[in-house]
Amino acid sequence: MPRTTATPARPATAKRVRLLVATRKGLWTLASDPARNAWKLAGPQFLGHIVHHAVQDPRDGKTLLAGARTGHLGPTVFRSLDNGRTWKEAARPPAFGESSGRVVDHTFWLTPGHASEPGAWYAGTSPQGLFRSNDGGATWDGVSGFNQHPDRKAWCGGDQDGTPDGAKLHSIVVDPRDAQHLYIGMSSGGVFESTDAGHAWRPLNRGVRADFLPDPDPVFGHDPHCVRMAPTHPDRLYQQNHCGLYRIDRPNDAWQDIGVGMPKTIGSIGFPLVVHPRDAETLWVFPMDGTSVWPRTAPQGRPALYRSRDGGRTWKRQDLGLPKAQCWWTVKRQALTIDARDPAGIYFGTTSGDLWGSRDEGRTFRCLARHLPHIYALEAA
Amino acid sequence: MAAQHTHEVAAVVCVRVPTPLRSYTGAAATNVAVPVLARELPPTLGGVLAALDTAYPGIRFRIVDEQGRVRRHIKLFVGYALAGDLAVPVPAGVDVMIVAALSGG
Repeated sequence: MPRTTATPARPATAKRVRLLVATRKGLWTLASDPARNAWKLAGPQFLGHIVHHAVQDPRDGKTLLAGARTGHLGPTVFRSLDNGRTWKEAARPPAFGESSGRVVDHTFWLTPGHASEPGAWYAGTSPQGLFRSNDGGATWDGVSGFNQHPDRKAWCGGDQDGTPDGAKLHSIVVDPRDAQHLYIGMSSGGVFESTDAGHAWRPLNRGVRADFLPDPDPVFGHDPHCVRMAPTHPDRLYQQNHCGLYRIDRPNDAWQDIGVGMPKTIGSIGFPLVVHPRDAETLWVFPMDGTSVWPRTAPQGRPALYRSRDGGRTWKRQDLGLPKAQCWWTVKRQALTIDARDPAGIYFGTTSGDLWGSRDEGRTFRCLARHLPHIYALEAA
Repeated sequence: MAAQHTHEVAAVVCVRVPTPLRSYTGAAATNVAVPVLARELPPTLGGVLAALDTAYPGIRFRIVDEQGRVRRHIKLFVGYALAGDLAVPVPAGVDVMIVAALSGG
């Protein structure tokens, strides 16, 4: 595959920021003025639906897809061709083949395809399945190279073996230099790579701990929570894992532990991670309490983001404006996002339905919306 | 009623649709009439749901998964009887009722 550096993104200036807020009870949008000072909340759409992820297509700037279900109805995908004013349901949502014996519980993750493939999208499901649409999300087919791979069950375990919310395929990453080069993350299963558009896959987990398994150095079976590619340096991936923080610089195939620089009282456990749009060395994580029975709350009830500006060697706490004590929410893996402005805006949604933002790269935060349902995913559109 | 041709509508089954599914059938459509072709007589519950999906595309997948199993929190009644699977016959003049069950917050 070609190994060139992607074109650095130019900072977006004086544009309004629009956040797609996917929650346990529907979809909202939060839009800013050009200064990112005043914010206006709109919605809900799909009130009562569990919306796992809502994403805008950066290739046309007007197509939105949302993965949704309800407590009783089966999973589906809704699509809008007019930036969310009107929606239509996918004619054929992601579903496993009849012969597989498997059932999609919900579509968890949506990723637009490569810039050279307009209309292409990928979807990750719970339990772990990979799907592709070539028509802007109207119809979906399983990526057979993964879904029917003879080792899939060994990689992922059985469909009933997953975590309480269901095992998930997430973090679908498309290399901006090569449409055939894909990464996926699975909880559980690990990180896998394909260089032929999903026909063949290989595990990419060397160097990552899986201390919940008896094998001290397994090839697969790991629990990545969130994998992100640096937008300006596609050979750099970061990973927030169940067992710490990692980075990898391809073509190396071993991850480096970058959680060692985190304060011992905070640890390196968490769900989300974002990378700066123009600086591959700068990233943010939101640590959570992974001690004893895994409360998964902000450590000590004092939420903070941790930012590294040197690729994960050192970390700085950022909590100015956030609650100082007795604050027990956390941030899920899709609920931390960043805009393309300069300075970049950092936004996160909480399990208690608050939405916080910073327009100065995390130096100061303020609450932008309160009293929403449990926020599952946040995407800057 | 004896239909002359197997592709003619030979019967109509009334399906009671719960509110979570009326985005497909229309807000006021509590009861929808589903046509059954002569060649499909007597219809099964699965046949009625297939015909329902023809009339309201996408509705079946919200009720039945890709393995043909009724989803966990959906119940289907044929008349007053809870249907265990989609092979249950739907006698002439008997309604089908879809129940969507939620609990908790």
